[in-house]
Amino acid sequence: MLKTENIHFHIGKKQILKGISAEFSAGEFNMILGPNGSGKSSFLKIFSGEIDQYSGSVLYDGEKISHYKKEELAKRRAVMSQQPELSFPLMVEEVVMMGRYPHFTFNPNKKDEEICNEVMKQMNLTSFKERNYLTLSGGEKQRVQYARVLAQVWEKPATGHRYLFLDEPLTSLDINYQQEFLQVAARFTENNVVLIAVMHDINLAIQYADKLFFLKEGELIAHGKPKDILTEELIKNVFNVPVTIINNPVTNTPLVVYHNNAVK
Amino acid sequence: MLRKNKFFFPVLIVLLVAVLIFAIAFGAVSILPSEMFSSLKHFLQGKDPANIYEGVFIQLRLPRVLLCAITGAILAVSGVLMQGLFRNPIVEPGLTGTSAGAALGASIVFVMAPNFNPSFKSFMGPLLVPVVAFVCSLLATYIVYSLAKNAKRVSIMSLLLIGIAVNAVCLSGTGFMSYIARDPQARSITFWNLGTFSGASWQQVFIVGTVATTIFIISLRYSKQLNTLLLGEEEAGYLGVDADKLKRRIMILNTAMVSVATAFVGVISFMGLIVPHVLRLLIGSDNKKLLPASMILGAALLVLADMCSRLLLAPAEVPIGIITSLVGAPIFILLLKRFNMINEKGGYHA
Repeated sequence: MLKTENIHFHIGKKQILKGISAEFSAGEFNMILGPNGSGKSSFLKIFSGEIDQYSGSVLYDGEKISHYKKEELAKRRAVMSQQPELSFPLMVEEVVMMGRYPHFTFNPNKKDEEICNEVMKQMNLTSFKERNYLTLSGGEKQRVQYARVLAQVWEKPATGHRYLFLDEPLTSLDINYQQEFLQVAARFTENNVVLIAVMHDINLAIQYADKLFFLKEGELIAHGKPKDILTEELIKNVFNVPVTIINNPVTNTPLVVYHNNAVK
Repeated sequence: MLRKNKFFFPVLIVLLVAVLIFAIAFGAVSILPSEMFSSLKHFLQGKDPANIYEGVFIQLRLPRVLLCAITGAILAVSGVLMQGLFRNPIVEPGLTGTSAGAALGASIVFVMAPNFNPSFKSFMGPLLVPVVAFVCSLLATYIVYSLAKNAKRVSIMSLLLIGIAVNAVCLSGTGFMSYIARDPQARSITFWNLGTFSGASWQQVFIVGTVATTIFIISLRYSKQLNTLLLGEEEAGYLGVDADKLKRRIMILNTAMVSVATAFVGVISFMGLIVPHVLRLLIGSDNKKLLPASMILGAALLVLADMCSRLLLAPAEVPIGIITSLVGAPIFILLLKRFNMINEKGGYHA
C-alpha cells in the first residue's frame, strides 16, 4: 500500500501541492484526475521518488521512501513518464530490456529474456523487436515504454508490494490501444500491484478505475469509488465545465457528457 | 545493422591487428616480420638488438604504434562517454576544456621554460611539458565543472555552454603565447596543437597504457547505467541509477584519460567524434557493445592516420592532427547532413 501524508511542495513562491494525504491500495486501479496545473505530475514525481524537496511523507508498505535505496526501489517500483525520448538509436528489444536492468549486474539471464519476450507479446510488439525505436510512431513508442516498465516490475519481490505509476499513459494511443492498454494494466493490478495512473479522459477512467482521486489547485478535493463520488457538481467544480452524467447503456457505468458552452 | 552479426567483433579485431602489423612494417625503414620476431625474442631475453632494424623496431616503431593505438582508443571511448552523458551526438572529448587546457599548459612551457628554475627543469626532465599540460587540463576541466555546478546538481546545458566559454579563454591564452613566442617556440606550439607521436617512448606507453586499461575496465562496468541515461536522467533515476553520481564519475574518468593522453601527444581532433558515430550507425547505441567496439576501431584508425602522417611526405612527417582533421571533417559534415536529413523525419536514427 502507498500512503502519502500531508505533502506540501512549492516551486519558488508558488505552492504546487497544499497538504495531500492519500492512500492507494494494492490490487486496485487508482487514477488521479485534475485540470492542467493542478499538481498531478508533481504529486506523481514526489511519491515515485524523483522529487525529494518536499514536506510530508511518502510511505511504501508503511516504510518511508527515504529509507529505500534507489536501486532497491527500482526493483519494485516502475514509472512511465510522459513521452520519454531516446537520444540515440536503440532496438525495441534493447529498450524493453532496460526494464530488467535493476535486476541483473552485467548480462541478463534467461529469465530476464523470457520476461521481455512475454511483455512484448502482451503489448503486440513481437514483430517490432528489431525495429529502431527512433523510427516508431508516438503510439508505438508509448507501447514500448509500457512494455519496459512492465518488465521492470514483472516478478513478485520476496516481501512487500509492487508499484506501477503511469503519467498520462494514453496520450498518443488510438482507441483500440487505449482499451487494450487499460485492460493489460487492470489485469496486472490483480496480482496485488499498487497501480496509479494520471489520466485525462474521465469516461475511460470511470470505466476502468477502482478509485478516483480528484486534484484541484494542489488539493485533493474528492476520492473514492467512481459511483460513490461522481456528481455533476464535482466535475463542474474541478474542471470548470458544466456536465450531465447519464448512464452508459453499454457498460452500465456513469457517462459524463460535456456541455459545449464552457463557463469562463 | 550489424548489431546482431557475430562476426562484427572478430572482423574488427583482425582489422586492428592487420593495421598494427602494417604500421610497424612501413616507415622510414621497413621492417620484416621475421625481424619483428627476432627483435622481440632478443628483447625478452634481455639482449641488445642484433641490428639496426631490430633496434628501430623495439625502440622507435613499436612504442610509437602502441602509444598511437592506446590514444586512439582513449579518444574514441571518451567520445562515446561524452556523447552519452550529454545526450548529444556532436559532442567530442575536448568539450569540457580538457584539451584546450592542456594546449595552454604546453604552450606556456614552450615559451616560458627559459625562465623556469633550472633545478625544477632538470628534475622534471622530459616530463616537463606533459606534467604541466596535464595539470592545466585538469584545472580547465575543473573550472568548467565547478562553474556549471548549480545547487549540487550539474546541468548538462550549462556544462556545454561554459565549456565553450572556457575553451575560448584557453585558446586565446594559447594564441597570446604564440604571439609573444620566438619562432622555434611558436613552431613547437603549432606542432603540439596538431598532435605528434614522434616522441613516443616505452615510458609513455606504460603510463598512458596503465591509465587507459584501468579506465576502460571501469567504464565498461558503467555501460548499463550509461544506457539508462539514453532515456533521460529522470528515467535513469526510476531504473535505480543515481544520475548525478554517474555524471560526476564519468566526467572524472573521461578527464583523467583524455588529459593523460593529450599531455603526451598533443591535441588530436575529430577522432572522438567520428569513431562513435560510425559505430552507432553500424551497431546501434548499446554501450556494452559500443564501448569495446570504439576502443578497437579508434585504435585502428589512429594508427592508420599516424602511418599516413609518416609516409605521405617521407622522410618528413605531416602532423597527425592535419590528417585526422582533413579526413575527419568531411566525414563529420557528411554525418551531420545525414543527421539533419533524418531529423526532419522525426529523430536521429541509423
